[in-house]
Amino acid sequence: MHKPDSLQGSLDLLVLKILSRRPRLHGYAIMSAIRIVSGDVLRAEEGSLYPALHRMEEAGWIRAEWITKQNGRRARQYELTATGRKQLGAEESRWQEVTAAVNRVLRMA
Amino acid sequence: MSLWSRITNVFHGDRLSREIDEELQSHVEEAIERGRDRAEARRAFGSTLRLREASRDIRLAAWLDSLRADAIFGWRQIKKRKVTSAAAILSLALAIGACTSAFRLIDALLLRPLPVAQPERLYVVSFENVGAAGRLTTYDSSSYPMFRQMRAAVKEQAVLLAVSYADRVDLTYGSDAEIEEAYWQYVSGGMFGAFGLRPALGRLLTEDDDLVPGAHPYAVISYDYWMSRFGRDPKVIGRTFRMGNDLYEIVGVAPKRFTGTETGTMTDIFVPMMMKNPGTLASPNNFWLRTLVQLRPGVAAEPVHARLVANFREFQQERAKTLKLNPQQLAKFFKEKLLLEPAPSGSSNLQRDYRRPLVTLGVLAALVLLIACANIANLMIAQAAARAREMALRVSIGAGRWRLVQLVLMESACLAFWAAALGGLFAWRSAPFIVSKINPPDNPARLYLPADWRVLGFGLALTVGVMLLFGLAPALRASAVKPASALKGGESPRARRHLMHALIAAQTAFCFLVLFVAGLFVATFDRLSNQPTGFSAERILNLETVTQRAQPPVFWDQVADHLRAVPGVEKVALTGWPLMSGESWNGSIAIHGAPSEVLSDFLRVSPGWIETMRIPLIDGRDFRPGDTFPGAAIVNVAFAKQFFDGQNPVGKWFDYLEGVSADARRDRFQIVGLVRDARSRDDMRRPILPTAYVPFHAIDAQGALQTISRGTFVVRTSSANPLALASTLRREVLRARPEFRVSNIRTQTEINRSDTLRERLLARLAFFFGAVALLLAGVGLYGVLDYSVLQRQREIAIRIALGAQAGHVMRRVTADIFSMVCAGALVGLALGFVSVRYIGSLLYQVTPTDPRMLAVPGLTILAAALLAALPPVIRAVRIDPAEILRAE
Repeated sequence: MHKPDSLQGSLDLLVLKILSRRPRLHGYAIMSAIRIVSGDVLRAEEGSLYPALHRMEEAGWIRAEWITKQNGRRARQYELTATGRKQLGAEESRWQEVTAAVNRVLRMA
Repeated sequence: MSLWSRITNVFHGDRLSREIDEELQSHVEEAIERGRDRAEARRAFGSTLRLREASRDIRLAAWLDSLRADAIFGWRQIKKRKVTSAAAILSLALAIGACTSAFRLIDALLLRPLPVAQPERLYVVSFENVGAAGRLTTYDSSSYPMFRQMRAAVKEQAVLLAVSYADRVDLTYGSDAEIEEAYWQYVSGGMFGAFGLRPALGRLLTEDDDLVPGAHPYAVISYDYWMSRFGRDPKVIGRTFRMGNDLYEIVGVAPKRFTGTETGTMTDIFVPMMMKNPGTLASPNNFWLRTLVQLRPGVAAEPVHARLVANFREFQQERAKTLKLNPQQLAKFFKEKLLLEPAPSGSSNLQRDYRRPLVTLGVLAALVLLIACANIANLMIAQAAARAREMALRVSIGAGRWRLVQLVLMESACLAFWAAALGGLFAWRSAPFIVSKINPPDNPARLYLPADWRVLGFGLALTVGVMLLFGLAPALRASAVKPASALKGGESPRARRHLMHALIAAQTAFCFLVLFVAGLFVATFDRLSNQPTGFSAERILNLETVTQRAQPPVFWDQVADHLRAVPGVEKVALTGWPLMSGESWNGSIAIHGAPSEVLSDFLRVSPGWIETMRIPLIDGRDFRPGDTFPGAAIVNVAFAKQFFDGQNPVGKWFDYLEGVSADARRDRFQIVGLVRDARSRDDMRRPILPTAYVPFHAIDAQGALQTISRGTFVVRTSSANPLALASTLRREVLRARPEFRVSNIRTQTEINRSDTLRERLLARLAFFFGAVALLLAGVGLYGVLDYSVLQRQREIAIRIALGAQAGHVMRRVTADIFSMVCAGALVGLALGFVSVRYIGSLLYQVTPTDPRMLAVPGLTILAAALLAALPPVIRAVRIDPAEILRAE
């Protein structure tokens, strides 16, 4: 059982990473990508994804634009900005540091 | 970018919500497309409303959004009560406008630093002495030798600059027939350099332009003059003009913002000190310039002052030797003190004369503003009562206290900012209007009145202050609502009434103060303008006339004869200058040898002048065409009282001395006539001085008639409006002799009036503020009484049902408020007595403790209070208990 909590603190990192690999995704696709790439282990809570996206957009890490899909409906697509790329680097190294530290603790104990 | 987009999003709130909704919706649609169950997808997604709110708060500035919502809500509240709100905004706008206007004037005249390098290092030298009747008098003029000596004494510590009083002169760029006027000032050559000014064009004067008397005929013109006279023509450099007998060359244009150091006058032309006539430059007794002191960096004012004082004492001792004063005069002479006063905003007589009046008017305007604020505060409190249920509901569904304060304050802010916008318009128009009333129309005060950040900042601070003043108390009170009791049907209204009553008392106090001060000013103006002048100003027109080169007296007589033949002219006479015009000439009188300590005024007049001015001749005769100066004199009663113990002086002799010293030039006169006192000085507060009228025609030591370059034709017209003849007479003077030019035409009535301009301005504006204060206080009182009757109608109905008489009801309704009015009036009275200390010097023959001065504001306020109380009281008495109690 994976609680949505498992993503705590790392949702930003995951979204940025996904967008750095595959630009121009809408919300649902980002969510699916997180689930599929993690081998169905990580699941972003569907609702909480959007406030996070909007927060990152206001912070200038990602930018959004409306496109019209083949079926005529509009969707909002996101892509990484230069600031976002820098942020991704920072978050990645922070994550590495934290996991390395946690691993060290696990080995010692 | 982020904060900016969050702020702009506030104003696209609806679109933002739609977009978020659409995005969330497309997520669910996508899920269904991928084959998920609609209900399951929705459930997994959660509440879209909550998500939308979360996203909104991220994507826009929430604080601003709530302010915006409150502003819209507040504006709707204001629009709901159109009449009340309009009245509130208008009264507030008037008061804010008046305050801003007063600030603009005070700032422009007294506070704004000169546009020069380090104005805070600038000081001005002035002198203080005990004058007539033991009053301290100050003056700020020095002679040039005195200035030079002071400059040498402190040259290590400070730069001393001499500037003459800005004066209107006649000059010409072409022939003598094309004379025009300009404001003219002699300045030290080093002034521009010391002030760190750069020319807008050409060059400025330097110390090298100020070395040899008469050798530097160069002029710098002001930017304003360059614009208005030459249309900013760059070819102005090198142009020449003639002033008196000297030809000057324009060498440069001063920077735009520099208009001289005499705040309230804008100088058009600056010339070097050395161009003043050599006699004046050399005379230690001719006081014609101001001394400005610019401290050198790092030098304190006190040591410089001490050095100047020591130097001044030496100078006085030297001067005393030449003056040959008697011991009494000497003692007074040495009591004179030198003062050094800061002058970062320049130095002028206008500043001295208008400091107190402007500050007083500013305070009156502020009091009116406070009264308007109290009114609106009461209005808001009454409205908060009506909205208690709404507030209770808001609290019950979770609004925080601060949020409610913000809600009510935003409404106040809407009122305040509308009022400020209107008030700004008012101030924009009214400040220049008041400046135009400060001086007579032919010599207006010229004050630089910019609307820059200082004025805007003041307006903004005032608006916010006002908003807090009238909005904060009602807002706090409204937010302190207790939902349980309010929703149940009403809190105790008593606490609210206490605050309203306190505000009424404050309003009455301020209103009393404004009316009291206004009464003092109106009475002062009344007394001053009813001072007897001793002559008839009716239908008199003064033609102040100049000639470029002095003309023989016979030409002046010819022009006068020519004017006598003009239809509509009754009488024509010649004099040095019009009565009460501010010009004067005085000297000592010696009856038997020693010169008198009291001086007599002198005025040159032609035969027929006393008849033209309708000054009654008591004894003796008028001048005849052959009378000359020196020789014959006509004196007034004050002169006879002063120098002949009140006996008839006709036929007696006196000597006129040019100065107070014993060996001054003496001229001998025989008194040929005695006339009643007529006012010749422009200070209405002083008694009429001893005056000797002497013939217009003067002879020199060889007995030859002297030529004359300026004089005034006094014309009594037969039509009631003398100005109708003005242009004809101007033309006729030129026709009679082309060398003559009329430089100024004024009716005598206008001159008389200009001597009480300041008092008139004060009386009018104070009266205006008094009327507004009374109106506002009356409206406020009516509002509060009306509200209190409405609040208590159940109680009143019960009383009436139980048999209370109309008188009893009336007393119950009004007792509290009238005791507040009385308390307020008493406080106002106390404030009034305190204020008299400050405005005492502006009053004339008015004692503040005069019962009449107290009765007027007291009775006016009482009458206004009765009038305001009438409608609510009638309503209270007419309450029909059956109806009210049934409705309950």
